[in-house]
Amino acid sequence: MSNKKYWQNFGELTQSEAFQESVKKEFNEELLPIEELDSKGLLDAKTPRRDFLKYLGFSTAAAAIAASCKTPVRKTVPYLHRPDDVIPGVANYYASTYINAGEAISVLVKQREGRPIKIEGNEMSSITKGGTSARVQSSVLDLYDPTRLRHPLQLSGSDHKEVTSFAAIDKMITDGLAAVNGKPVVLLTSTVNSPTTLDLIGKFLAKYPGSKHVQYDAVSYSGILMANEANYGKRAIPAYQFDKAKTIVSLGADFLGTWISPVEFSNGYAVNRRINKDNPQLSRHIHFESMLSLTGSNADDRFTHKPSEVGAVALNILAKLTGSGNAPALKDAKLAKGIDLAVAQLKAAKGAGLVVCGSNDVNVQIVINAINEAIGANGTTINWALTNNRAKGVDTEMMQLANDVMSGNVGALLIYDCNPVYTLADGKKFADGLAKLPVSVSYNSTMDETSEYCKYIIPSSHWLESWGDAEPQTGYISMVQPAINPLFKTRPFQESLFKLTVNTGSATAKDSAIAKAPATITINAGTQNDYYSYLKDYWTAKFGGETNWDKALQDGIVEPAVMPTGTAAYNGSPLAEAATKLAVVKSGDVEVVLYEKVSIGTGNHANNPWLQELPDPITRVTWDNYAMISPAMGKSLLALDLLNNQRQADKYEVTPEKPVVKVTVNGRSLELPAMIIPGLNANTIAIAVGYGRKGRSDKDEVNYERIGRAAYKSGKNAYIFTSFNGTNNIYSAPASIEKSGSDVYPLAQMQVHSSSENRPVIYETNLKSFIANPKEVLEEARHEREQLIPHGYDDFNKDGTMYPTYDRPGIKWGMNIDLNTCTGCHACVVACSAENNVSVVGKIQVQRYHDMHWLRIDRYFAGDMENPDVVFQPMLCQHCDNAPCENVCPVAATNHSSEGLNQMTYNRCIGTRYCANNCPYKVRRFNWLDYNGADSFPNNQEPLRGKDLDEVVFMMNDDLPRMVLNPDVTVRSRGVIEKCSFCVQRLQDSKLEAKKQGDPSIVRNVKTACMQACPTHAISFSNVNDKESDVYKIRHEDQTDRNFYVMEQLHVLPNVSYLAKVRNTDRNNIYPVPDETEMNQVPGEKKEAEKTS
Amino acid sequence: MRRNRKIVQIILTSVFLLTCISLTNTVFAQDGEALFKANCASCHKVDKDFAGPALKGWKDRVPPGDWIYNWVHNPAAMIAKDPFAKELFDKWKPTMMTSFASLKNEEIDAIMKYVDNYAPEAPKTAPGTATAVSTTGSEDNNSLLYGILTLILAVVALILLQVNSNLRKLTDQKEGIERSEPVPFYRNKAYIMLAVIVLFAVGGYFLVDGIIGLGRQTNYKPVQPIFYSHEVHAGVNQISCLYCHGGAQDSKQAGIPSVNVCMNCHVAINEYKGDLKLVREDGSAVDGTAEIKKLYAYAGWDATNKQYKPDTNGDGIPDGAKPIAWVKIHNLPDHVYFNHSQHVKVGKQNCQTCHGEIQKMAEVKQFSDLSMGWCINCHRETKVDFYNNKTGEGNKFYSIYEKFHNDIKNHKMDSVTVESIGGTECQKCHY
Repeated sequence: MSNKKYWQNFGELTQSEAFQESVKKEFNEELLPIEELDSKGLLDAKTPRRDFLKYLGFSTAAAAIAASCKTPVRKTVPYLHRPDDVIPGVANYYASTYINAGEAISVLVKQREGRPIKIEGNEMSSITKGGTSARVQSSVLDLYDPTRLRHPLQLSGSDHKEVTSFAAIDKMITDGLAAVNGKPVVLLTSTVNSPTTLDLIGKFLAKYPGSKHVQYDAVSYSGILMANEANYGKRAIPAYQFDKAKTIVSLGADFLGTWISPVEFSNGYAVNRRINKDNPQLSRHIHFESMLSLTGSNADDRFTHKPSEVGAVALNILAKLTGSGNAPALKDAKLAKGIDLAVAQLKAAKGAGLVVCGSNDVNVQIVINAINEAIGANGTTINWALTNNRAKGVDTEMMQLANDVMSGNVGALLIYDCNPVYTLADGKKFADGLAKLPVSVSYNSTMDETSEYCKYIIPSSHWLESWGDAEPQTGYISMVQPAINPLFKTRPFQESLFKLTVNTGSATAKDSAIAKAPATITINAGTQNDYYSYLKDYWTAKFGGETNWDKALQDGIVEPAVMPTGTAAYNGSPLAEAATKLAVVKSGDVEVVLYEKVSIGTGNHANNPWLQELPDPITRVTWDNYAMISPAMGKSLLALDLLNNQRQADKYEVTPEKPVVKVTVNGRSLELPAMIIPGLNANTIAIAVGYGRKGRSDKDEVNYERIGRAAYKSGKNAYIFTSFNGTNNIYSAPASIEKSGSDVYPLAQMQVHSSSENRPVIYETNLKSFIANPKEVLEEARHEREQLIPHGYDDFNKDGTMYPTYDRPGIKWGMNIDLNTCTGCHACVVACSAENNVSVVGKIQVQRYHDMHWLRIDRYFAGDMENPDVVFQPMLCQHCDNAPCENVCPVAATNHSSEGLNQMTYNRCIGTRYCANNCPYKVRRFNWLDYNGADSFPNNQEPLRGKDLDEVVFMMNDDLPRMVLNPDVTVRSRGVIEKCSFCVQRLQDSKLEAKKQGDPSIVRNVKTACMQACPTHAISFSNVNDKESDVYKIRHEDQTDRNFYVMEQLHVLPNVSYLAKVRNTDRNNIYPVPDETEMNQVPGEKKEAEKTS
Repeated sequence: MRRNRKIVQIILTSVFLLTCISLTNTVFAQDGEALFKANCASCHKVDKDFAGPALKGWKDRVPPGDWIYNWVHNPAAMIAKDPFAKELFDKWKPTMMTSFASLKNEEIDAIMKYVDNYAPEAPKTAPGTATAVSTTGSEDNNSLLYGILTLILAVVALILLQVNSNLRKLTDQKEGIERSEPVPFYRNKAYIMLAVIVLFAVGGYFLVDGIIGLGRQTNYKPVQPIFYSHEVHAGVNQISCLYCHGGAQDSKQAGIPSVNVCMNCHVAINEYKGDLKLVREDGSAVDGTAEIKKLYAYAGWDATNKQYKPDTNGDGIPDGAKPIAWVKIHNLPDHVYFNHSQHVKVGKQNCQTCHGEIQKMAEVKQFSDLSMGWCINCHRETKVDFYNNKTGEGNKFYSIYEKFHNDIKNHKMDSVTVESIGGTECQKCHY
């Protein structure tokens, strides 16, 4: 039985008064515009009765006028010539590929009446197996980003002016390139893994002798590339096969969240995290890191160290594994134990181990390579027959280029899909150099920090508007095809490159895709007059015929039938030097580590409101970055003892305002709010990059227009803390930190308002106990349930309640979520927002807990206060069969369907919020304000601008972003409750299809948006009346020992079940919970409740 | 007697045989008629040239044998190789026969049989309108009658009351009882109260009725940019509804046809020569040929040269062409999800159930009020095509409703309505 105490925040941990108060006040009403009315009762309020009558009179009159107005004449305009494959009202799906710098993920694009509205994973891809990430899901909104440039631009004076035709700007650039006088022409791009683009780049380089191509990753993997070049002679990243790994040791590699290829790795990782009923086994995941990352929070065992100690940890593991070599001594006893554990487990895995490391230091990666050689991973879990083309940027090349630009040694710089002015530590200097270059061209799609300094801008089209290809891994081709005509006068980078290169002879591309295919295709100026025809010829030749080309476009992917596997020859000689260098790494008392957030990443799509409003999986903070510090540092620096002192915890936690700290690295400093989170190394500060986007202008309106109303004013730019050590960019550094006076800064955090108030919501055990006694994990739940059944009866569902039970004659929908494979990556949350038109409410409203996400992922801490276990639990409407919300609705706006759905009828809802008060899961959301401009009166949002509504809400209501709305789902207006509907529009659609075909088995194919998006397939959904269905089998056959319902003892009979979490750890699951009396004690007094209990 | 019996036998047999023959005939003919209407009627008429040639007398014109099947299945291929087909195409160019590869030979036979046996119907007198007027007239008469009756009764009652009071006055005088002058009825509190209550009830009824009716548009008949007569197309020419509104069986929207669908036929039909007079609601006559000209303007069709105008500005459409902005008649609120294919394909409803006798409407008007009560009512009454476990008839999807199958077997219920499978639940239509 699990008597682990789970807590979401410090208030819940210490059960402080303010926390309990805040739990009662779920809706936080004093923050509302109608505060006078609500707080004191009508007659005593500041607003007197006469005002009330005035409002009443006005609203009646207004309603009467609005209603009696003439019904508007609506027009219906059919096509002039309807395309054959478009039937208005029916969605089309096209296979394409999501491209974000070097990341390429096969997807299906859902298109309605010619406009893309949703991205789904492509289940044919063997790399992702239909999985997606939050960023993939959100990228459809980038297509409708109002900051996108709408035509080519040319610098004229201090500002850019429109160039009317592509031909004109092409000519200017060609003339410019012809006149560079021997100075090199440099093409600076993000990592390119498109075979045709690489081929075109090769041709471009051939046309301009002396020119070069530099690839640049904002967050670099140069350390791995260089280490592999030293050890294996290949400057490449191999394919990591997490699905084959029995023991995974990660040294700060956030492979489930942001590291290299998280969708692929999550998928592989989950393979060995699923519990098989007959043979329960799990992989063992041991994690060493400085901060608390998404991957770290999923680990079985986790240990922390200072960022500078990663080399020492790696050397210690190597030394213990091989029994030879010197390793620096580690002071921390826990860490030393962790290393012993990791070594023991790696040895036990016998070749099925895998060690990965997130450090960008080439020396550390050389040691990691040595470890992987020592455990025999080369050829088993590390597949050298494939290379992962996610990142190719080499830091030395980029830094050389940066120096050349600053010193004016570059003739022309053509920049595509990267933003060095923002992402370089010396961005300002780079910008000055860039402005002085004779020719500078930006192919970025927005007027970002770098484009502002370029002479010419040819905005690139979004991937949803472009033709293209990608090769995420060698031999695995993924096609890009447009799902919409370009919205603006933009064109893909490849098209621009083609125009610059056309009429040249052939050149061989270095990274050409398939070895047996012809090395290159000569451009035939007669027949190939654009990139599309070139692309088509290229692949038709390689695939062998037009039919195969069509099939490739239809499937979206072309893959080898069997995955090639192989090893690489290892050269261990660089190890000794690396070890010596690591021994002298500078460390500090306090160190900063930079990380990418799961949502924002490197910051290139920071103007995506869905991503900005997506809570960080660990801190649950939206809209900002911050200095993440440990409770120990909080105590020493800010004098806040959150773990033990209730009052201080309250002071810190209940209000959104957090104390500001000043972090200084190498003379540069940032002032950031402090976010105290357990699980960090005590001496480490973690700061996310990707925030603090700002153009050269200081004016708000200019930045709103260029950087975007979502990105501008969100956080601070932490890239200034990166440093170059001569070989690599380093994302950690010794630092100093101090409290910045009494300044505070509000952070919008989603979490504390949805407390389960100490009812057990999660069941967890470890693998050994589960194998020994599988029934034990749900013992408590069973006990609680039995107590509810009256004596002499035995059916909990029927006999545990006074209400009658109802038949579900045909279909009964049910969902199951496996807590073992849910990694908390939040792809489902964005998918849900995209599918169901969930509003973006902005930072101010999130601070008031008015966030609208229908699906949230609760994060619980448990156990050791300094290094807690973390559990993620997706929480959505449980569609209870005996739903407490339904009984209390005065207007029956929420009621139950015969298929087990808890229905919400917005037009009936009068906004009493009784249902939300009565919901034990806190999943009902209230539309406090008219976020969508859906109400009858135009401009009723305007008075709230800045005060209650952020700029981003207005941005989302522009015509352009509104194109992303799903026409099958109502856009909710102010004053109604909304919540998860189990994607009822998809259910109805699948039933309709089944009826049309006369085949009930078709409803087995239905997938909710969250389920479709999940990279680990943690969510299952089906008709549980169907004994062949997944959920029925999970509940009644495969996972009976782990299947539980949250708060089942309330007898609400949820239709969502969860599978208990099983960790593969030796630690006893029962942690020494701090003595409760001690914890609840405010120094000098004892709490009444404790005495009596 | 015996002879008589024989005569009777002969007569009976011949009658039986004749009936059989005529029955089989009608079966085929009906088949052919349905097929003709669904596939051919949009371009062909039996007895006169339309978008395509008149089909009557086809046998005498076309080459014998399989020619007709090949032609129907793949006209393009025939034009390429067959001289007669080429000649036909040249005559009707640029219109080309649509291919019907899925029509079976027997089906083509049935269609041709229908064509051969076709006899034009007796000309109809302006259908619909006259009868409609007369019915409404009679309804008016009835209510008038009731009104007059009520009025007479009320007058009689008033007279009787007056007589009664006068008589009482007389008896009082006779018996010498002094009474005060009676209050006139218009000051009588009881009368006033009664009048107020009646007024309140009637006023309230009309107010509530009016408010409920706000936003409802029954009989809404806007003026459209082109006088398009469903009466001519769907009524006289018998074009299948789905030819233009194909979305009704595939999509939630039935869809307004795009201009190219109109031009499929109107490339050939450039004037209106029908017998039916085109008349607007206000009685003014409409020049059908002028309306077709309007269509040509939208389509960018050069009627004199019989070709589309050139595309000089490179936008991919003929110069001057633009889509037609029709006035939308049937408007559902945004929070209602309605799916045409659910009703047409699964529910097998006729278009007329909701849209009225559209084939008789010169200008379309909204027939139903499209209110929620109207929807729900139909869902309560309509039976679904429930699956029969024994015979295998009905929609197999419903085989999963085990409980209903048992109930039907045990005679607890006799049929399954849309309501029983959740057709009146909120999230059937609102999400």
